[in-house]
Amino acid sequence: MSGLPRVGVVTFPGSLDDRDALRAVAFMGGEGVPLWHADRDLRGVDAVILPGGFSYGDYLRCGAIARFAPVMEEVAAFADAGGPVVGICNGFQILCEAGLLPGALVRNRQLRFVCRWVEVRVETSISPLTGDLVAGEVLRVPVKHGEGRFVATDEQLARIEGEGLVVFRYCAADGSLGDVHNPNGASNAIAGIRNEAGNVVGLMPHPEHAVDPDVGATGGQPLFASLLSNALARVAP
Amino acid sequence: MTEPLHRALGLTDDELGSIRSTLGREPNRDELAMYAAMWSEHCSYKSSKVHLRSLPTEGPRILVGPGQDAGAVDVGDGLAAVFKMESHSHPSAIEPYQGAATGVGGIVRDVVAMGARPIAILDPLRFGPLTDERNRWLLEGVVAGIGGYGNCIGVPTVGGELQFARPHAANPTVNVMCVGVAPAERLVTSAREVREGSVLVLFGAATGRDGIGGVSVLASRTIEDGADETRPSVQIGDPFAEKLLIEASLELVDRGLLEGLQDLGGAGITCAVSESAARAGLGAEIDLDAVPLRERGLEPFEILTSESQERMLAVVAPDRVDEVRAVCERWGLPAVVVGRLVDGGALRVRIRGATVAEVSARSLADEGPEYARPREPPEAQDDLLNDDPTFATVTTSPEDAFVTVLSSPNIAGKRWVWEQYDSIVQGGTVRGPGGDAALVRIEGTLRALALSSDGKGRFGLLDPYLGAAHAVAESARNVACTGATPLAITNCLNFGNPERPEVMWQFAESVRGIADACRALETPVTGGNVSFYNESGDSAIWPTAMIGMLGVIEDYRLAVSQAFGPGSWIYLAGESFPELGGSEFGEAVLGVVGGRPPALDLERERALHLLLVHAAGTGMLESGHDCAEGGLAIALAESAIAGGTGFAVTIPGDEPPHIGMFSESASRAVLSVDPSRATELEDAAAGLGVPLARLGETGGPRIVFDGVFEMTVEEAWAIHENAIPMLLAG
Amino acid sequence: MRYRAQVVVSLKDGLLDPQGKAVEGSLPALGWTNVSGVRVGRYVQLDLEADGAEAAEDQVRRMAERLLSNPVIETFDVVDISERDGA
Repeated sequence: MSGLPRVGVVTFPGSLDDRDALRAVAFMGGEGVPLWHADRDLRGVDAVILPGGFSYGDYLRCGAIARFAPVMEEVAAFADAGGPVVGICNGFQILCEAGLLPGALVRNRQLRFVCRWVEVRVETSISPLTGDLVAGEVLRVPVKHGEGRFVATDEQLARIEGEGLVVFRYCAADGSLGDVHNPNGASNAIAGIRNEAGNVVGLMPHPEHAVDPDVGATGGQPLFASLLSNALARVAP
Repeated sequence: MTEPLHRALGLTDDELGSIRSTLGREPNRDELAMYAAMWSEHCSYKSSKVHLRSLPTEGPRILVGPGQDAGAVDVGDGLAAVFKMESHSHPSAIEPYQGAATGVGGIVRDVVAMGARPIAILDPLRFGPLTDERNRWLLEGVVAGIGGYGNCIGVPTVGGELQFARPHAANPTVNVMCVGVAPAERLVTSAREVREGSVLVLFGAATGRDGIGGVSVLASRTIEDGADETRPSVQIGDPFAEKLLIEASLELVDRGLLEGLQDLGGAGITCAVSESAARAGLGAEIDLDAVPLRERGLEPFEILTSESQERMLAVVAPDRVDEVRAVCERWGLPAVVVGRLVDGGALRVRIRGATVAEVSARSLADEGPEYARPREPPEAQDDLLNDDPTFATVTTSPEDAFVTVLSSPNIAGKRWVWEQYDSIVQGGTVRGPGGDAALVRIEGTLRALALSSDGKGRFGLLDPYLGAAHAVAESARNVACTGATPLAITNCLNFGNPERPEVMWQFAESVRGIADACRALETPVTGGNVSFYNESGDSAIWPTAMIGMLGVIEDYRLAVSQAFGPGSWIYLAGESFPELGGSEFGEAVLGVVGGRPPALDLERERALHLLLVHAAGTGMLESGHDCAEGGLAIALAESAIAGGTGFAVTIPGDEPPHIGMFSESASRAVLSVDPSRATELEDAAAGLGVPLARLGETGGPRIVFDGVFEMTVEEAWAIHENAIPMLLAG
Repeated sequence: MRYRAQVVVSLKDGLLDPQGKAVEGSLPALGWTNVSGVRVGRYVQLDLEADGAEAAEDQVRRMAERLLSNPVIETFDVVDISERDGA
């Protein structure tokens, strides 16, 4: 018997956009499932979102403490088995700290928090968020972070670019690149990346805040649609 | 000879005498500290109470007025909007980041203590001119602190105000307003049934030496030299702990586990316990051994008056304590029983088996001194009023004046500030920073709260009564411009030393102005805060009554923005007079802070609001914008910049163009409509007796003041957008 | 035995350090024009019970690798480990 795709959203102490992610999943036609950081239990979901916020206050380093939460062992196993995992903002930071994605997120170049609507260009359709999209598409989504600058060693960066692991890049409305469109100084204007297997994706922008036309642009809609159809394909018949 | 202890703590000899007769004996050191904290200006409102009583506080939609942790208004469907504004100016002058951050923490806890989830923050701020490096340092620190704390606890900062004035250099004004929502029946107020035997549970962070005597040392004294020595009194905020505290508190309220809830702010445990007991008509016993401490060796008076952040006090029935502890534990917060409510009115403090203090709860909480301090207008007041720039000779061209006013820090774009704030977390922000009022929707409904914070310090300096009344009027007008109905206010009254008759006169006049305006506009006062002693040497800040207005729009899809679109007709609702007294033009172009503020006819103001709300509701407006600071030319430019659309207008009147362009007459709004609906607007205005004049039309890439000057929208945008970033680059 | 350890965590060479740059840019205005190469890192101090200095250092290194630093972008230095008297 088929049902709605079930998407888990993990709440860590200090997570903030968990409720927004759950709301976005429901808005887009899925079933949002709250998951608790201390439980070793993914409740049989079809996809996992690590949401935005300030887990553990961003103390020590963003995501440095959350990556050791009991639930993360299950998330790692789920990812290992090919399950779709999405890290949004703080979630992206946690995935990098946990080694599920390469590189790291550090303090914005301008040393200030930035909350702004930006454009991002899709670089690949190989990711849980871009399965239904093609490279080159431009989406309008918000960013809100103080530590969103993606960095990696030269070697890692070369590998990331070489293997097509970049999923989103900050860009102009027409899709062209330029430093002025980069809100935090990220290397190569990278806004989001995937793992080699293509089932784990992390991004700094917040698609969950871009699905409801009443409060802003809707660049997040196609991303959630892709995630849900990806998750649906995994629902047991 | 050393200063007697009571004086060192800020108590007068008379106050000590009063304490002696209440106790019937000499107070000991710990009891003195408790009284000093509770009877400080900040906690007891001793210089302001007598005037605040005249404020209108009741209305059909007012659920909770002044006297509780925050005020509450009925916003429909059994829901209450809980809101309050507070100041944290003195700590911010010493340590801007932490002072501002802990200001946010405190006001958010006030809202949570009512059982409401915080859904919005606004931050009205005043600094000295940005040409001074210290003022830039203060601004950067305060904004970083508000953002750093507010963003981390997940409450969007959706609005605020940023203005500059020389007298605020040594005494920046940092006010923070928080708004929350709760089912009305769940509000935690003292109307709840609290019994003798109920247990007091302290939960949240451990107690340290933060802000010891902070209340009496900082907020009740003016800032003198050697500010570095006051640094130990400044508290450090932990927003992560606050986030956990918010979730734990709301879960406790949700599950009906509490009889009462209080946040710990000024005067710490002493305040929370004495207020909880006094409100219930009971006494209390506190056991200081039970209080979790962050460091060793704290004396009883330090534990009693510590202002360590992120702590709450719950009043709990004995048989529910275990459940309360379990909830707190789940959120990782220590929760301990520190005492209980007892019959009688005594507040008894015990440590290591001995009673160290025994005072009357009511005496501490409710029977603080009240002073009707002498008041007298400043000698130079008439000179100020007579220095009127309205008919001064002006050699600056209208175009140069326009550029000067548009780029003046008070008027210029504040994106640099609000991009540091997360304005969208919680997903409810329909309209964020940058407009007349913010709009935050109530989850699950089409209703939204409209929020604005406004202060008119320059007007207040010239005429405190008018300045405060204008602040109320403008705040309501900002809300009405979005199509929302103004309902009620909170406020923060920022003044100098009340022991000076000039300041006391400014205060009393301001309160009178607020009272009259609130009565006429039917927006009662639900509570607020008074911040005195904002002065250094002989120089006090401008009398700044900061008003936080709350309104409601039934369907936020009908909300009106200030942005021009092409093809509309532009109207000015309201009437213009030659009134440059206290204007931005006067100060920025002529260097004059003088004259009489514009007249304010509250009936006309009210009629304008009714027109704005009605017009928005019928969808007849393309745009609506408050016409105030900077005058008509600025309001038009702001609408053009917001919409990326130019206009061509003729400034009405026969006077020299700058008067019509920059006069700041009250009760006006710049509207635009589709030509097909122009008659509808004209009829509606006529029906309400609101003067309406067609100025011109929107469209094209240029802003054109017919017969005066023109420039591109692009150029105006750059002037408006870049002024503040350029000043901050030093 | 009780030890106090001090660990300094630094950004790897080659990574942009805007904080270091900002600090370096502020020094000349204060009168120091002979400063370069400013890098801003993190300092962690902790006390631990261990059976000897070697065991203490070994544990501190492992903690630094696992939690206190992010090996992708940071290096760490155990600057000091000394015995603590008393409680």
